[in-house]
Amino acid sequence: MSALSAGLRRALPRLNRRRVIPAAAALAVLAAAAVWAVRPAADAWTSEDLRLAGDGVELDARFYLPADRDGKVPAVLVAHGFGGTKDSVRSDAESLAEQGYAVLTYTARGFGRSTGQIHLDSPDHEVKDASLLLDWLATRPEVTTDAAGDPRVAVVGGSYGGALALLLAGQDQRVDAIVPQITWNDLGQSLVPGGVFKKSWAGYFFGNGAATLTLGGSGRGQEQGDPACGRFAEDVCKAYLQMATTGVPDETTTALLRESSPATVLDKIKAPTLLIQGAVDSLFPLSEADANAKGIAAAGTPVKVAWFTGGHDGGEGPGTDSDRVKYLTLQWLEHYLKGEGETPGDAFTWSRVAGFSAMDRDLVTNGYSADAYPGISGTGTTDVTLTGAAQPIANPPNGNPGAISSLPGIGGRLSSLLSGGVAMDIPGQHANWESAPLTGSIDVAGAPTVSLRAASPTGEATLFVKLYDVDPNGTSTLSAGLVAPIRLTGLPADVTQAQPVTVTLPAIVREIEAGHTVRITVATSDQAFLSPATPAVYTVAVESTLTLPTLAGTPIADPGSVWWYALAGVLGVIVLGLIVLLLIRRVLHRRRDVTVVGEHADTPLVVKGLRKAYGDGFVAVQEISFTVQRGQVVGLLGPNGAGKTTTLRVLMGLTQPTAGEIYVFGHRLVSGAPILSRVGALVEGPGFLPHLSGYENLKAYWLATGRPWEDARFEEALEIAGLGESVHRKTRKYSHGMRQRLAIAQAMLGLPELLVLDEPTDGLDPPQIAEMRRVLQRYATDGRAVLVSSHLLAEVEQTCTHAVVVNKGRIVASGPVNDIVGDSPSVQLDVSDVPAATRVLEELGVKSVQTEGESSLIVDMNGTARSEVVASLVTAGIGVDRLVPRRRLEDAFLSLVGDNSRGSGDR
Amino acid sequence: MSTVEAAAGYKASRTLPIWAEVRRQASRRRTQLALGFMALLPVIVLLAFEFGGGRRDDDNDGGGGGAFSSMADLATSGGLNFALFGLAVSASFLLVVVVALFFGDTVASEASWGSLRYLLAVPVPRARLLGVKLIVAAGYSVLALLTLVGTGLLIGTLRYGWSPLGSTIAAEIPAGEGVLRLLGITAYLGTTLLVVAGLAFLLSVLTDAALGAVGGAVLLFIMSSILDQIDALGDIRSALPTHYADAWMGLLSTPVQTEDMAKGAISAVIYATIFWGAAFYRFTRKDVTS
Repeated sequence: MSALSAGLRRALPRLNRRRVIPAAAALAVLAAAAVWAVRPAADAWTSEDLRLAGDGVELDARFYLPADRDGKVPAVLVAHGFGGTKDSVRSDAESLAEQGYAVLTYTARGFGRSTGQIHLDSPDHEVKDASLLLDWLATRPEVTTDAAGDPRVAVVGGSYGGALALLLAGQDQRVDAIVPQITWNDLGQSLVPGGVFKKSWAGYFFGNGAATLTLGGSGRGQEQGDPACGRFAEDVCKAYLQMATTGVPDETTTALLRESSPATVLDKIKAPTLLIQGAVDSLFPLSEADANAKGIAAAGTPVKVAWFTGGHDGGEGPGTDSDRVKYLTLQWLEHYLKGEGETPGDAFTWSRVAGFSAMDRDLVTNGYSADAYPGISGTGTTDVTLTGAAQPIANPPNGNPGAISSLPGIGGRLSSLLSGGVAMDIPGQHANWESAPLTGSIDVAGAPTVSLRAASPTGEATLFVKLYDVDPNGTSTLSAGLVAPIRLTGLPADVTQAQPVTVTLPAIVREIEAGHTVRITVATSDQAFLSPATPAVYTVAVESTLTLPTLAGTPIADPGSVWWYALAGVLGVIVLGLIVLLLIRRVLHRRRDVTVVGEHADTPLVVKGLRKAYGDGFVAVQEISFTVQRGQVVGLLGPNGAGKTTTLRVLMGLTQPTAGEIYVFGHRLVSGAPILSRVGALVEGPGFLPHLSGYENLKAYWLATGRPWEDARFEEALEIAGLGESVHRKTRKYSHGMRQRLAIAQAMLGLPELLVLDEPTDGLDPPQIAEMRRVLQRYATDGRAVLVSSHLLAEVEQTCTHAVVVNKGRIVASGPVNDIVGDSPSVQLDVSDVPAATRVLEELGVKSVQTEGESSLIVDMNGTARSEVVASLVTAGIGVDRLVPRRRLEDAFLSLVGDNSRGSGDR
Repeated sequence: MSTVEAAAGYKASRTLPIWAEVRRQASRRRTQLALGFMALLPVIVLLAFEFGGGRRDDDNDGGGGGAFSSMADLATSGGLNFALFGLAVSASFLLVVVVALFFGDTVASEASWGSLRYLLAVPVPRARLLGVKLIVAAGYSVLALLTLVGTGLLIGTLRYGWSPLGSTIAAEIPAGEGVLRLLGITAYLGTTLLVVAGLAFLLSVLTDAALGAVGGAVLLFIMSSILDQIDALGDIRSALPTHYADAWMGLLSTPVQTEDMAKGAISAVIYATIFWGAAFYRFTRKDVTS
């Protein structure tokens, strides 16, 4: 227990002022760093909430201004996605404001705290509202204007907001640049692709619009409309109900969706357009942006396209992608709005999944760029041959059970959409056509095409065509969960009579690796779409040629490579620092005091005024001075805790003295001084590697000295150890005495000129002690010297030529043993009558008489013969039991030990 | 004769030769056990795969298991994947313990045996003693890492054959390049372990209890890993020594993603420099009392 607590005390740093201050300082620095890291950064913008007038509605808006602006700044109108509010685009708005734009965000009519009803980006409503906001921007004194009432403004927005940007730019020529993201070209085509109603997405959004009825929309208190329609305008609501019921939009619905489609205004868009579209988007796939890009480019307006790995299904995408999108957006605005920076070129950038992100276990992508936008048919094509016969597949009633391709609105993990996992087909309801394993990998980027023939007893069929990437283990992946729905009419009942129909699959970005196969699956149902309610069995045959568009690009340099330079920099600094340190050390080493104190040059050991105070203020030794000459065996005698071990520790360079000097053969001794190589030591007991034998231990020790093998004088040392055959046993099995002897032998390896032994006889038995005495005396005869410490008087007396007596860290006596051990002038007398004896003795003229105990007297004789004292006492009739002559060393030592050796502490 | 500065044949730069320290450590049971276990682990994993029975779920449950489960699925596809799997399962704990053992034990155990003071009395200059101990501990750690990878590669190849390095997301990596990737991953893991090495070494200098030094380093490493799981800490986590521990997965992508690895290496190198610097600073000044 005590050993444990002692260990703990040693392991835990003691708290004292010297340690507390640096520790507190370090803690303070750490805390400050932590606070700095999490501190709220001062905003680089100011904002105000406003209620602005739309076309007959009141719009909830917020206007951001950069905090440090010089004069007027261009403005950016940021529009939110369907179901969002001005708060959904808050972070985009803030970062744009930080870039020095005046930013206006607002909640579109029918959402959040804005009044009015949802008209699906109708040119007569939402787009007009936005035009009025431009009017308002023109009135702001902070905003740059191109002409009176014409603000310098860009419109940025995703999805619902992206379509608004396109429609507004088509309708209002004051718009100077637009960045529509993940948005549609033709809403009818998006919601009813291939004539099949995209029920999941449509329902998801319809629910979203209706939900705002209960979520604060009603709080404004004007539209307490139809519960079936929520905040949707009546015509929009009707259109949805009609379309969702039949699955086929009627004329009115088609017209309404057409109204809300940028497709109608593309030729009027004059604002440079940056189109950003996601590759993991089953709502508005890449083809929508492609149509927009073509339409706008046809009007001669600058247009640039970028794809990223994300979208309505995939979200923002990996960090590299969102960084790229942000960079492109800022570059676009900077040039076309601020008039700064070079013209953003035609370069088309896209990204492809590269693997797992090490940090969050999601996907990471690599960016690629090509000189120009290639559209969705790639810059090249690769044909893959499919095999498989015509197969019958069943259409389940009401599309149930239905195959799964994606999970609209759930926002599943990107990785599950791109590495398989979600998609599932129902047996009996699908047929497969598969290629042979690919001989080389194919970089697919665009919309693959395939031809198929179908037959149906009803003359009609709704089919879902999908492309699977199948790895050698059979795991199939429906890239991004994209399917091509197709509704065929006028089909024959027999497949042999059917005409081939070319199906354009959704555009994907994927590398299909060598060894993988490509599978075309034709299914009859999909949970994301509305399929015919009546059961039927179709027969489908897929033609053998699948055309895959390919695209070659140059990888975009990873901005992360800068970190490697940083690493090289860090390493460089460290190496440089190391070199500087070594140089400084070398200089210091050269400058160190190597002078030999001539007067001590032939003296093995001179200790002068040694003092050691520990960190906690405890003074272990002070004013210790003594000398060890050649030929001497000096005993350092003192009770436990007198400071013997501390002195020896300093002597071996283990502990730094607080004051005082030590010279070994005239060389000043500091920690690790080479002169220590001429000193052999046993300090604080033996220290051996327990798993080695005694012999191996001595060998390992000598190896560590790096000195020539012959100098070790192994045989002599082993003889002194006297371990016999035990020298080849592991030291952990040694007794205390054996270890002690081995340690003495180790100290004697190489026959050092000064031998320092701490309690050498500890653990030895009497014959061994006697032997050790002889060994030490003999050792010192050859011009060498020995310093032994001991708390045993007899040992020092018998072994040493000289003695230094220490107590409580100070020297109390020193000199040749014979001098200090010699007779002391005092004797101890045991007498029968103490008072009488005292009287008699005082008459005899002794120096002093002290009573000790009941019957003892300590008498300083002052030259009086002992025989005379005894005679006088006996004559006086006092019985003398005992007379013991005392010795000086004993006097000194015992009085010390008797006094108090307790409480002097571990020195 | 008496004015010579040192005993005949003594030269400070010749004390405690590296080879002597290598032998000092090699004779220790824990060194042998640690290295032996590194060689044994792939064998155990192989036996587990062989006799573990039951098919692993192959129903593509998607997101749940993430990269790790897919790595286990791929482990039996070839020697490279097998070696990678062995490395991946050891990275977060076993290797940490082994490295902490080599670095944390080296000075503290000498102190607890009492042999440290005899080395210092030789005298081995303190900076040299630490330097040699550091180099030898690093050597043993590298040896352990290479043993793990080498044995994994060897028995994995013998049992499952030589095939490209597979990864579920990115393209398969041809075997030749796969070896380079595997070496790169090994090197990166070695680099991240510098943090453990630094911390264990510092503790080894501060305490006489070898167990305390090893345990303390492992403990702090685990604590850092736990803190790294707490999203609320935000960007502070990037400063945690374990934050980039998994960045080697970037080498399984095609093309490789090394940004996080560079960050991780910077973090590890800085931490190691601080810890080792502190160890040298402390040890060259402290009173050796054990």
